[in-house]
Amino acid sequence: MNKTIKNATEAIKDIESGTTLMLGGFGLCGIPENCIAALVAKGISNLTCISNNAGVDDFGLGLLLKGHQIKKMISSYVGENAEFERQLLSGELEVDLIPQGTLAERLRAGGAGIPAFFTPAGYGTEVAEGKEVREFDGKKYILESWLKADFAIVKAWKGDTMGNLIFKATARNFNPMMAMAGKITIAEVEHLVPAGELDPDQIHTPGIFVQRIFEGVNYEKRIEQRTITPRA
Amino acid sequence: MLDKNGIAKRIAKELQDGYYVNLGIGIPTLVANYIPKGINVVLQSENGLLGMGPFPHDDEVDADLINAGKQTVTTIAGSSFFDSATSFAMIRGEHVQLTVLGAMEVSENGDIANWKIPGKMVKGMGGAMDLVASAKNIIVAMQHVNKAGESKLLPKCSLPLTGVGCVKKIVTELGVFDVLPEGGFKLLERAPGVSIEQIKNSTAGKLVVEGEVPEMVV
Repeated sequence: MNKTIKNATEAIKDIESGTTLMLGGFGLCGIPENCIAALVAKGISNLTCISNNAGVDDFGLGLLLKGHQIKKMISSYVGENAEFERQLLSGELEVDLIPQGTLAERLRAGGAGIPAFFTPAGYGTEVAEGKEVREFDGKKYILESWLKADFAIVKAWKGDTMGNLIFKATARNFNPMMAMAGKITIAEVEHLVPAGELDPDQIHTPGIFVQRIFEGVNYEKRIEQRTITPRA
Repeated sequence: MLDKNGIAKRIAKELQDGYYVNLGIGIPTLVANYIPKGINVVLQSENGLLGMGPFPHDDEVDADLINAGKQTVTTIAGSSFFDSATSFAMIRGEHVQLTVLGAMEVSENGDIANWKIPGKMVKGMGGAMDLVASAKNIIVAMQHVNKAGESKLLPKCSLPLTGVGCVKKIVTELGVFDVLPEGGFKLLERAPGVSIEQIKNSTAGKLVVEGEVPEMVV
């Protein structure tokens, strides 16, 4: 079995305007840079993007926002992006804000075949509006449903030709759950190796969740907040 | 009166040996600078890191290693990485003993608002709703009044809520307060040089003062 494809352009070739996409990453950490660039170049629009954040003005999903390619964002936190706030307040963009843990669990549920679950997050807030409330052991919980999408685009550190993935440090974040929840999951990796080279004990995302894989190029890995401890 | 570091320093005294702690953005982050000697705590960063270390030296910066505030950080001996679903399992599953976060408003029954100002600011709740709905112990670190000089300790929150009945303790530049189960802010300690009168004037919600209220030792 070989899931290798050439590049980002080929990976996204059948993603059309109006598609719902999941994109991995937390802030700019662990985002699929190559596929975002390819989506910008392809110029498709009316996208619904499920991603924890919306990038910054000139990087990450901010690049798709700038070109008005996104119709709706499903995220937990969208600060750090002035253009996003402008489009939202002017009504050009729809947004569905979801508690971060609920977003992660809805994705996991989508990939795991669990249609819904109860969570305490958001009980008593506007997030709970219209949702079933149930009490367990004296505490109130709200019903949240799974999230699925036609495509999930994730970024890993290493991957093999069978789609097995290993992430690095906090670049893992939402990528494993999105890989599970996408009908077609595209993985871009920094290092692509032949099947057999990765230690099966070290694999974070088993290849069954990945349909297409390629080795990305020219990763910028931009840092949002470069905080350092000066040397004494 | 306390400055931001003073608030952080006072909260650090609430830490107990063996705690797993989640610190929010802003003043809460500063708590990490004042962990008392002999107390070992492990910091959880909800983007997927347990055992958060200090900021890296310039030549150690790694774009793949950040905290929930998107700042570059380091690991410590015994750190671990995990995905976001596992991270919030730690939080909702009550494996994290203490959460410290900021707030725009807190009500006298422990409701908290800190994520949205309708028509003005829409940044999103991030992990705050999961944290406040689940943590066993939640301490709010904040200024006592807002920029307009209005009290942030209220009978009822006016902004959209982040969570209900969840805040246990509040530390501001003026003092330390317990949120009473029956409602009300019980004054536990006054900040250095702050009078009860001053605290009364800055607190719109029900303030409970019983007996002598000591001045805090920071």
